[in-house]
Amino acid sequence: MIFDQIKKFNFLTLLALAFLILWLVMAMFPFIWTLWGSFKVQGDFFSKQDWKNAIYGVFTLSETGHYFTGKGYKGAWIIKEFWRSTINTIIVTFSVVTISLTLGTLGGYALARSGFRYAFWILIIALIFRAMPHITLVSGYLFPFFQLNIWGYLATTIIVMVAINQPFTLWMLHSFFLNIPKELDESAMVDGCTRFQAFRNVIIPVMWPGVITTGLFSFLLAYNDFALTGLLLTHENQTMVPKIASFLGTTQVEGNIMYAVAAVVSATAPLFVLVMFFQRQIVSGLITGAVKG
Amino acid sequence: MRHRTFVSFIWPSAFVMLLFIAVPIISVGVQSLFIQHEQVIETVENCGPFGCKQTQQINYEATETLRKEKPLGRFVGLEAYTNRNHLALEEVKESWGTANTYQEFYKDIMNLPFYKALVFTLTYTAIVTPMVLILGFLVALSVNRLPSIFKGPTIFCSLLPFIVTPLIGALILFWMIDADGIIGGTLQIIFHNPELSLKASPTLTWITLIIYGIWHSAPFSFIVFYAGLQTVPKETIESAKIDGANKWEQVRYVIIPHLMPLVIFIALMQLMDNFRVFEPIIGFNASANATSLSWLIYNDLRGSDGNMVFGSAAATSFLMIIGVCILLTPVLIRTWRSYQKVS
Repeated sequence: MIFDQIKKFNFLTLLALAFLILWLVMAMFPFIWTLWGSFKVQGDFFSKQDWKNAIYGVFTLSETGHYFTGKGYKGAWIIKEFWRSTINTIIVTFSVVTISLTLGTLGGYALARSGFRYAFWILIIALIFRAMPHITLVSGYLFPFFQLNIWGYLATTIIVMVAINQPFTLWMLHSFFLNIPKELDESAMVDGCTRFQAFRNVIIPVMWPGVITTGLFSFLLAYNDFALTGLLLTHENQTMVPKIASFLGTTQVEGNIMYAVAAVVSATAPLFVLVMFFQRQIVSGLITGAVKG
Repeated sequence: MRHRTFVSFIWPSAFVMLLFIAVPIISVGVQSLFIQHEQVIETVENCGPFGCKQTQQINYEATETLRKEKPLGRFVGLEAYTNRNHLALEEVKESWGTANTYQEFYKDIMNLPFYKALVFTLTYTAIVTPMVLILGFLVALSVNRLPSIFKGPTIFCSLLPFIVTPLIGALILFWMIDADGIIGGTLQIIFHNPELSLKASPTLTWITLIIYGIWHSAPFSFIVFYAGLQTVPKETIESAKIDGANKWEQVRYVIIPHLMPLVIFIALMQLMDNFRVFEPIIGFNASANATSLSWLIYNDLRGSDGNMVFGSAAATSFLMIIGVCILLTPVLIRTWRSYQKVS
């Protein structure tokens, strides 16, 4: 099969191959480079003399005695207490994913099964909400949150993220539920189930592929967010991304930029693992939106 | 499904959206009509052996109580929208009258914070969106030409720039283009200019941010287009070939029309996302040379000037929401028409 295709090699295929390799280098190289550099000292990764020092680790060797050093990681995780933000991130992402999926499956199921005109309008309003820039909503929150004294807590941020996530979750799960045949729950109801029992016993067992895909995107939203977490959390409650942003201000002055580099690599690693295991679900999620949109 | 069951299923979801999306939009509208209280200034008479002197001083206590009693601030109506930090109507009018050339007028406009941010946001959106479509399409076409062993690794590697945290992605590139980093250092050697810095000049900063935007979003359009390419009917391509269409004509007259709905979908998503561009400006530390509307709001809310300026942030937010609505109108009209046809 492959040899068959290779036989057809011509100029256009060669061009495609060259272009693809160029794209892959562009996509991957920054990550590999930063991962490699995070084990060097600042004198090498930000070399005043020659960028090749980052490859050979000239200063890393003379300063620490080895070609690689874990100093950046030690500084970020222990001295700057990055572990604290990691725990916060775990709490926030876990809660956001669970709560938004619970609300989203209920709502998405109702929207998919209701034949009424207002279901369409709810979806359109959700689309408009989805387009609202997050930061404009934050400027609506801050003042009331300060007045009510609920600013800065993880719980507040979680519920806000769940809300901001809802429009997307509803759309996605709504289209997944449309693909589950109506007859399935209707026959259960003919057999005497209430609507909720039909949902609980018939729909939930078959909906997992859709829920996992939607959950992945909820996770990414909660994990990657900076606009909300950067403004809604106190210093102690910071999650990873605002913590990294606050590193920049302080460490750059102290000459500890490698702490930030190590923290960045640490925060990217889970995403790497995520893509490795869930590549297919992420791709199918991206495409679902396109087909239904 | 009966109305009651529908409501009992959807109310939790509808409730959080109402409380944390709809109410904040209203709250933004209300807040934008108020401005923070000015400090209470009183005149105090100090009498000494050489006569009395009147001095003006700030009454902190009175200011504090006033701010506590009416935390929203002073009602100013639409003034927040027209002042120098937002639409700056007077400044624009004055500049329009005095400036001799368009360039001069543009220079004046770029000194006003709102217009500076607006011009960058629109430029960014207008360049990144089509470039993302083109680059994604080219990558998808290339992968489609090659043996299937390339497919998996390409998708894996391509997904990374897309799902990486925007702030982190920006930082990774920022460190590489640093004058002491790999790309920055190499550019200095290529151009024989040891002073060359991508951070110093506004034009170079803009180009860097735009390249970052394309790098970040191209994978999204690649994956959607790649999935779309699998659905192009083989027969149509075959018959086009028989009719003598060359490769370019096949792409132009068969593939692109087939993928048109996907183009519209990606363009819509990209417009929404690019219009709110924010993280790269923080990551690239670019706010001196390039600001976006989102960044303006962030800057007001972070309270870098000592206190948070809710009114100002709210006015910018409201203008931004209007912008989003303008962007969305054609889509909504289209959806409405197709819905009318169905029902």
